Amino acid sequence: MSLAEYYNYVILPILGLSIILVFIRFLKGPSIPDRVIALDMLILIAIGIIAVYSMQNDQSTFLDIAMLFALIAFLGTVAFAYFLIQRSQNDE
Amino acid sequence: MIMLTLGSLFILSTAVAMLRKPDVYLRINITTKTATLGLGLILLSSAIYFWDYSVTTRVIAIILFIFLTAPIGGHMLMRSAYLTKTKKWEGMKVDDLEGQYDPKTKKLYSEKRNTGFAPETTEKD
Repeated sequence: MSLAEYYNYVILPILGLSIILVFIRFLKGPSIPDRVIALDMLILIAIGIIAVYSMQNDQSTFLDIAMLFALIAFLGTVAFAYFLIQRSQNDE
Repeated sequence: MIMLTLGSLFILSTAVAMLRKPDVYLRINITTKTATLGLGLILLSSAIYFWDYSVTTRVIAIILFIFLTAPIGGHMLMRSAYLTKTKKWEGMKVDDLEGQYDPKTKKLYSEKRNTGFAPETTEKD
């Protein structure tokens, strides 16, 4: 089995299955922090998929996009946490 | 290749745990541990595959950024979830934060509220 076949038949199905499982949690999630952490997790798995894809196509430029995704994930999580605290203060 | 397989298996275990854990706090706990480990393994395997200075520095920057920011984001989200009184798991026996947060100013008391030291800002009021 060559390396490209290994990516196609082993690694990418595992990552895709985990994305589907996290997305089920994103749809079900009983509270807002559940959905936020599921979104964070989706972006983290997307970084892994981008790394595998850049190895498959021999193009290291895609890793820049992975760095951008990490930044967006952190900013989104912190903004949502701040927003939740502010909203609970306004309700009281 | 071994590191790639291990990393993807760690991420799969994270996804299964996201679906099966009963509580918000446990889920946040998981994503900050296993997900960073799995991602670090996958990115390191890509660094070994390319074996180039520019790619290696980029990968190290991504790993450092994720290792720094994932716990910070998780902690902020968990604090906001606790302050907005998200439902806890019924099996939880000890809640050390019970009554330690001042509901108005959101200050955290270190000891029991009546006996221990209060934060300095509350003494001025």
